[in-house]
Amino acid sequence: MSSPLSTPGGRKRGRTTNPSTPSSEGPTSPPFQRRRGQDSSTGDLMPMPTSPPTDVLSPAAPLDNSLFSSPRPSVPPNEVDMSSPLMYGTPSSRVEGTPRSGVRGTPARQRPDLGSVSKAPQVDLQSEPPSADGAVASEANAGQRLVIWGTDVNVGTCKEKFQRFLQRFIDPSSSEDENTGLDLNEPLYMQKLEEISVVGDPVLNVNCLHVQSFDAELYRQLICYPQEVIPTFDMAVNELFFERFPDSILEYQIQVRPYNALKTRNMRNLNPEDIDQLITISGMVIRTSQLIPEMQEAFFQCQVCAFSTRVEVDRGRIAEPAVCRHCNTTHSLALVHNRSLFSDKQMIKIQESPDDMPAGQTPHTTVVYAHNDLVDKVQPGDRINITGVYRAVPMRANPRQSNVKSVYKTHIDVIHFRKTDEKRLHGLDDAEQKLFTEERVQTLKELAAKPDVYERLASALAPSIYEHEDIKKGILLQLFGGTRKDFSQTGRGNFRADVNILLCGDPGTSKSQLLQYVFNLVPRGQYTSGKGSSAVGLTAYVMKDPETRQLVLQTGALVLSDNGICCIDEFDKMSDSTRSVLHEVMEQQTLSIAKAGIICQLNARTSVLAAANPIESQWNPKKTTIENIQLPHTLLSRFDLIFLMLDPQDEAYDRRLAHHLVSLYYQSEEQLEEEFLDMAMLRDYIAYARTYINPKLSEEASQALIEAYVDMRKIGSGRGMVSAYPRQLESLIRLAEAHSKVRFSEKVETIDVEEAKRLHREALKQSATDPRTGFVDISILTTGMSATARKRREEVAQALKKVIQAKGKTPAMKYHTLLEDLRRQSETAITKEMFDEALRALSDEDYLTVTGKTVRLLA
Amino acid sequence: MFAASQNTPNSGWAAKAVAFFKDRLKEKDAHTWVPSLNDVPLHYLKPNSLVKFRCFIQDMFDPEFYMGTYEAVDPSTKAKVLRCGKYKDVTECGVDFNSRSTMTAERHTFYCVPIPGESPWVKEISSSGQARVVPSTSYAPTRQKRSYEEDDDDMDTDTQPQKQRDRFHAKSMHGQPHGNGDCKRREKEAPSSQAASASHLDLNFPLPGEKGPSCLLKVYEEWDGFKLNEAVEVFGILSVSPALSALADEDASSSLLDPAGGMETAEEQRVHSPPASLVPRLHMLHAKPLPHNNPLLPAAGLEDNNSAFLSSTLREMAAVRAELLAYFTHVLLGDALAAEYLILHLVSNVYTRRDVLPLGKFTLNLSGCPAVASFTERFYQIIQQLVPSSYYLGMTLQNMNQMRLVPKKDYVANRLLSGALQLATNTSLFLDESQLEQGQLDTTGVRNVTALGNLISWQKVDYDFSYHQMEFPCNINVLIASEGRSLLPSDCQIHLQSQVAPPDLEAYLGGIQVHPQASQLNKFRMYLSVARQLDYSIADEVTKSVEDDFVDMRKDDPQSISAEDLHRMLVVARLLSLSLGQTSLSRDSWLRAKHVEMLRRSRMEQNKCVNGNEP
Repeated sequence: MSSPLSTPGGRKRGRTTNPSTPSSEGPTSPPFQRRRGQDSSTGDLMPMPTSPPTDVLSPAAPLDNSLFSSPRPSVPPNEVDMSSPLMYGTPSSRVEGTPRSGVRGTPARQRPDLGSVSKAPQVDLQSEPPSADGAVASEANAGQRLVIWGTDVNVGTCKEKFQRFLQRFIDPSSSEDENTGLDLNEPLYMQKLEEISVVGDPVLNVNCLHVQSFDAELYRQLICYPQEVIPTFDMAVNELFFERFPDSILEYQIQVRPYNALKTRNMRNLNPEDIDQLITISGMVIRTSQLIPEMQEAFFQCQVCAFSTRVEVDRGRIAEPAVCRHCNTTHSLALVHNRSLFSDKQMIKIQESPDDMPAGQTPHTTVVYAHNDLVDKVQPGDRINITGVYRAVPMRANPRQSNVKSVYKTHIDVIHFRKTDEKRLHGLDDAEQKLFTEERVQTLKELAAKPDVYERLASALAPSIYEHEDIKKGILLQLFGGTRKDFSQTGRGNFRADVNILLCGDPGTSKSQLLQYVFNLVPRGQYTSGKGSSAVGLTAYVMKDPETRQLVLQTGALVLSDNGICCIDEFDKMSDSTRSVLHEVMEQQTLSIAKAGIICQLNARTSVLAAANPIESQWNPKKTTIENIQLPHTLLSRFDLIFLMLDPQDEAYDRRLAHHLVSLYYQSEEQLEEEFLDMAMLRDYIAYARTYINPKLSEEASQALIEAYVDMRKIGSGRGMVSAYPRQLESLIRLAEAHSKVRFSEKVETIDVEEAKRLHREALKQSATDPRTGFVDISILTTGMSATARKRREEVAQALKKVIQAKGKTPAMKYHTLLEDLRRQSETAITKEMFDEALRALSDEDYLTVTGKTVRLLA
Repeated sequence: MFAASQNTPNSGWAAKAVAFFKDRLKEKDAHTWVPSLNDVPLHYLKPNSLVKFRCFIQDMFDPEFYMGTYEAVDPSTKAKVLRCGKYKDVTECGVDFNSRSTMTAERHTFYCVPIPGESPWVKEISSSGQARVVPSTSYAPTRQKRSYEEDDDDMDTDTQPQKQRDRFHAKSMHGQPHGNGDCKRREKEAPSSQAASASHLDLNFPLPGEKGPSCLLKVYEEWDGFKLNEAVEVFGILSVSPALSALADEDASSSLLDPAGGMETAEEQRVHSPPASLVPRLHMLHAKPLPHNNPLLPAAGLEDNNSAFLSSTLREMAAVRAELLAYFTHVLLGDALAAEYLILHLVSNVYTRRDVLPLGKFTLNLSGCPAVASFTERFYQIIQQLVPSSYYLGMTLQNMNQMRLVPKKDYVANRLLSGALQLATNTSLFLDESQLEQGQLDTTGVRNVTALGNLISWQKVDYDFSYHQMEFPCNINVLIASEGRSLLPSDCQIHLQSQVAPPDLEAYLGGIQVHPQASQLNKFRMYLSVARQLDYSIADEVTKSVEDDFVDMRKDDPQSISAEDLHRMLVVARLLSLSLGQTSLSRDSWLRAKHVEMLRRSRMEQNKCVNGNEP
């Protein structure tokens, strides 16, 4: 039973509302702060033959009835139930449908996360001069000036307010994924209650922001006195629920789980003032303990007369009864373990997420206790938002020493977990919506309104790298990305919205530096080097957890950079098997894994920014891109933009470059700040645009895109080659969308398309120029061979055919003689490679076969 | 004096006390009369007295909440007394936890170790200028053989003496630091600290084989200003209360019985509350970051009020440089060019970062080191004699495959396991690649080599936090000694050209070891530290001529010079000017830098022809 002795004595409050109140009630408790969560509140799922009368089954009940000295007309029906000797059975054994299955009928489940509140004494405010607290004073019901000791919470008022909130709160603009399927114009939480009655999961998650917008005062109380207010909420919701669904049967009473308390705090900002308040912090789980059974109530049985008694665990101690009350034998009572009550508990350690940390410091960790059904809800590595009550307990005192360490241990009793990366795996939105202050948004918008914002941002990107304006612009568009489109209904799946870029060029043209910069700029960037990464490191691997012997899926760089950018240096040095995994990632944006019994498809919606060196270490301008970097064209065609970073070697350029470099070395930090936007600003700008701007194609823009595409096709068609494929059109669309994001425009307009076209052309001009003809030829990228080269191969094959036919009926020929013959006949020089290619082409036509050094005709 | 100020827990005292100490420490000789934890063995220091510690922040623990003020019941008078918990670890008897006047406050704990790789001469010089703490007369060495366990035992068994001692202790905290109880305590402390110095407790020094006290630094204000891997000089109150260790033991043993209380693992306990006799607590009053740890230089930066010192050293600089150059030439087998580059390397310093690009770093790869007679090791010893902190890393296969170079977070013990690359600013890291032989690098080895490469190229180390990596910028001078071209990247490579005929090499190398005189060594040491600290600028007209030069050079032969070469030349010019004591780039220095670079490049060309396998 709840012992009225213990008080919330050791509670440290920043603010005590009733300074002169009940000293008589307070200090009777032992000198250490009460350990919340260990005081047992009676009642659990377990039916106990000797369990006390019903009204104490629920920790809420004593509050309801015994402690209230004033009549509370708001909840009359309970008075009736009070006397009935109810509910000794399990919930299922209860007679269904009886009028008794209501609030009283359903056993309350204790909330170790809150400690037991039933013990909080209440104070009559009326005996004091009116306090400054408007909420209590303004209460119409003058009889209800009772508040819970140490707080300004009036149970009745609070309950009423919360019920009103549940009944009336409507959030038409709600976009939370949890609310899908609910009618947004109906009271939100009533629908949720209905859901509970159907599903039978007695947990009601309440968004604190909703409470705040509905009743700020209630919200304040919730934040400041969660320990008192949440049980009150529980009471309120249960009354409401069983009033509305009198017949429904729940395993135990509904528990309210608030989340999203005001601001999601950084772990670093927690300070002593937050103790005992409701907080929400974000972090990453690094360790979970095993399940700890925590004794709530000890069961003793007399060895002599079998009389049994129960003792509550008080502050982690059990006071063993010395004398049996029944037979008066001393020291005859023995603890019976399996009849004692235990609750589940788990220690979880969370660590600050790396994004929240100031540079040069190590991340902080916080201990979190999860109770009952929240145990084992999270795994190490999960990124979560935790709502809970922040606690501080003094270090355990040595019983033999009067000195104690003057340090508190802090932890959080968790009330609600919310995984932040869960959505990332399933949903579409960027889960971590960065919150921007009003002023920041204002500055960002001002910046966006400037006509030269595109150029500004591009020059702010990696200012230490000189020129390469177009490349920077390309990377800038990559950072913004296109609009994500979902065609999964029509079976085409998601369209890639991310822009992939390949930089190739001479060594020492600061490609790596550019990659490093991008990696440092974006929040979810990964940097790998082709040399050092294997396919496994890029994708995911399965490993056995050394502790649990469980198979665990460890994700690699590509999965980790989902919604970010994966920078891959030395792309050309990657092994073929590694590169092959990129095929799926770069177009389908998923990653399929089938190993060690784990078959899954992970999202890898990442933009790839790769850098490759030419195969001969120096770029050979006489060769095509493919020949220079020796990458499979299937992979190359998946890059939207391929830039060459070459040393231009002209004097004016040199001069500007020299100036740039020298100024890098002598300009002071401030001078540079003036010139460029700083990294933080750029980062915010990109984050804002990525989150809030989703441009759509306008009519003119789509026309312009069509024209652009048709033009691109036309360029080639004159010379018998195709210079654009649908993939290029998609690239154009993505680039245009990204460009309109740069302008914070919700509509893709013609200027965006123009810029996309220009950039695409620039990139093409650099990478897809056929060195033999000087024309832009997209087929270099798509088939690995320029159209002219293919044409010439055709010609050689035909010439060879003629040579063979001229020989008449010879079924077999020597390889060398044939080559000699062909060389004699042809005007142009025929290399051995060309000859081989021609032979291969003819054998493909089933005209001949080559075996060793002889060529046989088939026809 | 300190205890007196603490006895009156009114709100303003804390700020006043800090201000008081700051004022006192500003005085000229302030740093000489405070005993230093670096030099004085722990058991000679009085508990609860003011000490200083020159240290390196190795790890930052979670913030802790403590009782800022609390009410205690005096056991004799039964009167309630308001006490203050600031700057203390242990509360006094009879704390009333329900008191309304209890105020919780926050403080941060940093784990500090002596500056890693600090050269012996630094320790020597800084300790010679110190106030020696004379061990008090009551110190009785006869009891030295008592083991730590015994100590523990009697704490646990007889509670009565313990209580008494505590009372003594409490008294001594209240204004009689010379009291009787104090001596008694100290005599208990002494043996344990000695016994435990070789104990199992891993003190987590970044470099293997380091010794020295580490301490838990409690920071009460402005903790955000501190950064990991920062070198600071801390003035604070030493706390070695044995109650701390006793509490820790108690907690660890009882954790089995009380799962709720002992949520910390045993390892975590051990790491976060090690015995105070081994890892004393230091409650910080005042700290100043150390821009350098060269005791020969004035402790404060060069800027303020040391203009006299600065100008006098600047005047001498050219002369000292010449001497040093001669000395290095001698050491480097008569190669003056290599000696020149070595000086440049030793005064280099990352002075700023442009987005990701660190500016001012100058990693030198000294190739062509003779493979005989442990030249590299001798060479390192000479460098160690000159720089305040350094570390020699022999790149043997075994080292590469087994050493932990990158710090790693240990989640079980909740601490950052240090690695050899967790070094303070301007530490000289000497990589001896001549030790590397053929063989296979395993995963760790590859990771280590990558980490070294990252360190050299970007001056950053990615600490391993298991679920993610975190990047910590650093500023370490890396010198690679190798036979051929190093496998690691470097800013500048120079091939050693020995002027000594091979038969004489052994004898010559034997002679290298002869050190110059102490006064000359000190001059060198001072010179290197000062040159590194100087400010530097480039005038507009010089900028112009540099640009012109670059364009001209490109005009002649675009292949001859790239942007990267210009980068390097600008750094060389900067270092050259600084090494000459000039704070701005002159036309002459620029030409000289160009000349030096040209010599080096031509030597590289030459060398390329000599052994064709150079890439």
